[in-house]
Amino acid sequence: MAIKDLPREECYLPGSAACPGCPATMAMRIVFKAIGKKMVMIVPACCTAVIESIHPKTSFNIPTMNIAFEAAAAGASGVEAGLRKQGREDITVVAWAGDGGTYDIGIQALSGALERNTNFIYICYNNQIYSNTGIQRSGATPYAAWTTTTVRGKTEFRKEMGEIIQAHHIPYAAQACVAYPEDLYKKVKKAKSIKGPKYIEIMAPCPPGWRFGMEKTVEMGTMAVETGAWALYEYENEKVTFNGKSKLILDGKIERKSIEDWIKYQGRFRHLFIPKKDVKRLKEIEEHVDKIWERYRACYL
Amino acid sequence: MKKYDVRTTISYPTKGAMGKTGNWRVFTPILDKKKCVKCLRCWIYCPEATVIRNKDDTVDIDYEYCKGCGICADVCKVKAIVMERVGEKE
Ligand SMILES: Cc1ncc(C[n+]2csc(CCOP(=O)(O)OP(=O)(O)O)c2C)c(N)n1
Ligand code: SF4
Ligand code: SF4
Ligand code: SF4
Ligand SMILES: [Mg+2]
Repeated sequence: MAIKDLPREECYLPGSAACPGCPATMAMRIVFKAIGKKMVMIVPACCTAVIESIHPKTSFNIPTMNIAFEAAAAGASGVEAGLRKQGREDITVVAWAGDGGTYDIGIQALSGALERNTNFIYICYNNQIYSNTGIQRSGATPYAAWTTTTVRGKTEFRKEMGEIIQAHHIPYAAQACVAYPEDLYKKVKKAKSIKGPKYIEIMAPCPPGWRFGMEKTVEMGTMAVETGAWALYEYENEKVTFNGKSKLILDGKIERKSIEDWIKYQGRFRHLFIPKKDVKRLKEIEEHVDKIWERYRACYL
Repeated sequence: MKKYDVRTTISYPTKGAMGKTGNWRVFTPILDKKKCVKCLRCWIYCPEATVIRNKDDTVDIDYEYCKGCGICADVCKVKAIVMERVGEKE
């Protein structure tokens, strides 16, 4: 599939409240293209609830319901049940939430919906912070990253949401990244064609949150994958299949780049380089990524 | 557009819901159509949907709403788009 094969239709309307260079709208355009207009989106408190813009106008040409921070998957379950009762199972129900709303406060509603076998797609755009409220740490924030609540750098490593999702043994889950739109498109299309609960997580580098130039969103996504900080894979019928550059890294066909190549462009890691290089923490980060890939190889190769 | 008579707050889809966001720009993308190879990278990556994909897969920029992030210039492999500071050429 090439870029030109992606549909022309746009359900995201220009002139929204999103920051310039926003990864959320970048991802959303692809998701809208993959699912089309026959969808309902449930959005909890997060940047997207702001990006929608201000009443009585909205930038989304898709029926959207806003709900409390912790309740995306619960809201989606209700909408799905309502549509099912009306015989409208042709409509795709999508919960669209941030990493805070997924890894942290929304995890019980999400786990419940997956366990109840709710027929919906849950999409988490992961910008690794609570960005809407001014950059606080989340369970997805990487080790040593600055946020307003981790001023000397986060002291814990991020959790592996993908593996928590797999423990629910749902029919389909995937990890994607804004830098690979065709891959994201294919994954969302596939999720749409499968009945039952589906989960897709999209790596979404956020310029103001990570402190990098707003023209670099795509580059930061590419580097997240090439350094192995993020992996592209699908989980289907209990089997994990890596794809793209992540597959080459898993197979040992290419070496992952040094994490430094990715984080040195992000102001949130500046304290690891200035005033002098924090060799200890840089080594810890590198070793942690190595450990993750060792586990990936042991489990999924 | 169909309006709904329900007792809840409903917003309706509108282009420019936050106004003409083109005036947020500090830098403006300038496209050189002669260099463009129609790869559509700028179109697919533009976070604002302000790279317009024409029927023949050439592209144009919607300056009314383009926020000037510079992603289109950054992802263009043949440098058909350059960013210029607003007001530099006037
Ligand atoms: C119960 C509750 N606690 C706190 C908030 C404030 N709040 C709104 S959005 C948000 C952060 C959202 O982070 P995330 O889900 O990662 O989305 P992002 O803003 O990064 O897009 C917080 C803390 C809230 N709305 N409700
Ligand atoms: S803070 Fe980040 S995710 Fe939120 S609107 Fe701005 S660029 Fe998008
Ligand atoms: S990225 Fe460059 S070459 Fe490709 S369509 Fe856009 S302007 Fe043309
Ligand atoms: S500068 Fe940014 S908003 Fe403007 S057309 Fe290019 S990518 Fe789109
Ligand atoms: Mg977030």
